[in-house]
Amino acid sequence: MNIETLFYLFAVITVFAALRVITAPNPLHAVLFLVLAFVSSAGIWLLLEAEFLAITLVLVYVGAVMVLFLFVVMMLDINIEKMREGFWRWLPVGLVLAGLIGVQMVWVLGAKETSSGMTPVKHAADYSNTKELGRLIYTDYVYPFELAAVLLLVAMVAAIALTLRRRRDARRQDISQQVKVKKEDRLRIVSVPSANKAGAVEENVAPVVGHTAD
Amino acid sequence: MMEDQILQFFEWFWNLFGLWDAMWGIMGPAWPVIWTVMKIVAIIGPLMLGVAYYTLAERKVLGFMQVRPGPNRVGWWGLMQPIADGVKLLFKEVLVPTGANKFLFLMAPALALSTALAAWAVVPFGDGLILADVNAGLLYLLTMTSLGVYGIIIAGWASNSKYAFLGAMRSAAQIVSYELAMGFALVCVLLAAQSMNLGEIVRGQGGNSGLLGWYFIPLFPMFVVYFIAGVAETNRSPFDLAEGESEIVAGFHVEYSGMGFAIFFLAEYANMILITAMTTVFFFGGWLNPFHGWGMLGEVTDHVPGLFWMLGKMFVFMFMFLWFRATFPRYRYDQLMRLGWKVFIPLTLCWVVVVAAWMQTPYWYW
Repeated sequence: MNIETLFYLFAVITVFAALRVITAPNPLHAVLFLVLAFVSSAGIWLLLEAEFLAITLVLVYVGAVMVLFLFVVMMLDINIEKMREGFWRWLPVGLVLAGLIGVQMVWVLGAKETSSGMTPVKHAADYSNTKELGRLIYTDYVYPFELAAVLLLVAMVAAIALTLRRRRDARRQDISQQVKVKKEDRLRIVSVPSANKAGAVEENVAPVVGHTAD
Repeated sequence: MMEDQILQFFEWFWNLFGLWDAMWGIMGPAWPVIWTVMKIVAIIGPLMLGVAYYTLAERKVLGFMQVRPGPNRVGWWGLMQPIADGVKLLFKEVLVPTGANKFLFLMAPALALSTALAAWAVVPFGDGLILADVNAGLLYLLTMTSLGVYGIIIAGWASNSKYAFLGAMRSAAQIVSYELAMGFALVCVLLAAQSMNLGEIVRGQGGNSGLLGWYFIPLFPMFVVYFIAGVAETNRSPFDLAEGESEIVAGFHVEYSGMGFAIFFLAEYANMILITAMTTVFFFGGWLNPFHGWGMLGEVTDHVPGLFWMLGKMFVFMFMFLWFRATFPRYRYDQLMRLGWKVFIPLTLCWVVVVAAWMQTPYWYW
């Protein structure tokens, strides 16, 4: 099986999966088809000897992002009939958008400046795509890269700050205090004399004082 | 080298019937595929046997730790027990619950097992004893272990059962949280080894100081984090919240019977053995001799094949999995999340910086 056959195999699977993402009636199936689309496009990247990007695509998108997607979609109570209502109304808008994206892609890929370097270059066996990528990111593109990182961090902090609500009256556990608890705080060893003298026992068995962790 | 020997054996065998030329004419073009399949079988076969006897070892070890004999009825000292269990599960009916999504329900165990087995492709068992010597082996492993969660989530959802669903949700949250800590622990390893190739990582721990040259010394906190995160990722006790038989019956596989259940079981144990192999490769010098370069002792033990050292180290960690199970009570869910996010991730983040700075000083001996 040569590389071209493999490419067309992966390409057909990707396109089919992408189509099913928007046509599958069950949103959970749509998410799973999206996973398939990611995995098969990672296959295409592997054919381009971009093993770092390919595996990272699977690791980040399939291994983490799509798991959270699934998580959310499974929790939703979705009415499939209701979701289908707007299909015909929004179809023209979707078609226009799809057409725009298609035109853009043809434009970029067909331009003289980009089309010259489109044939992938074969590298020696010891060529490490990861090392090359790292070198580029941390030398030539270090400022954009760091900016993107800071942007992501800000977005993350903002998302947490916007959604985190603390209820004043909520009771929480303080783990460090729980860990600090000693045996003496919770347990009192009471010497109970043998029961031959009835009545003498009660005085010694006082209730253990309840300890609250807060 | 081994390939040539096997080819010569086939040639000798078929020449007994005078059929070698005819055979080679048919099979010759497909030989690379046949050879790869043979290597895969050479990994999967012993692995499956290992999984079967790991289940027996688990019951025996737990038994001894709880002062009881463990299974001892089938075969000698219970040695046929895993086979009896397997046959029993094979003959049980596979039930599909009403309202379950049949396709996904049956696909989920296959998904869990296939990712558990696919990860073994890049594990080096000895110098050159590796199925696929890929450059990004470490990333590939991380990816495969994180994909294992799909089997669990899909099983939980497709079962149409609230207990299975709760187990799946717990498992998803758990794996996503511990993957980060695991990833950062491995960043330290690849900083130290300056390679993502697993063979290179092991060779980076070589040298004349034996076990003192392994990465568990400079990266000790990372080893602890990696191993605990590994226990959490494989849903093993004390982090088996996804199963939690005292709270949610059996978690994600509550609706599975027969082979469906057996395959989840196989996947879990294959993943456990994989984590031990990974811990050995990343922190304990893989197939390297622990006494290499230690005078006479080193010279004598250098004759022991690397596979022996690799398996020996793996057995120690496999025992630790069982030891944990017998020792620790199950974590509460909030404790689990706290450990992952508030302890492991800050610790690993700090250690990445420490290791990176340490490597710039002349005091980095690894």
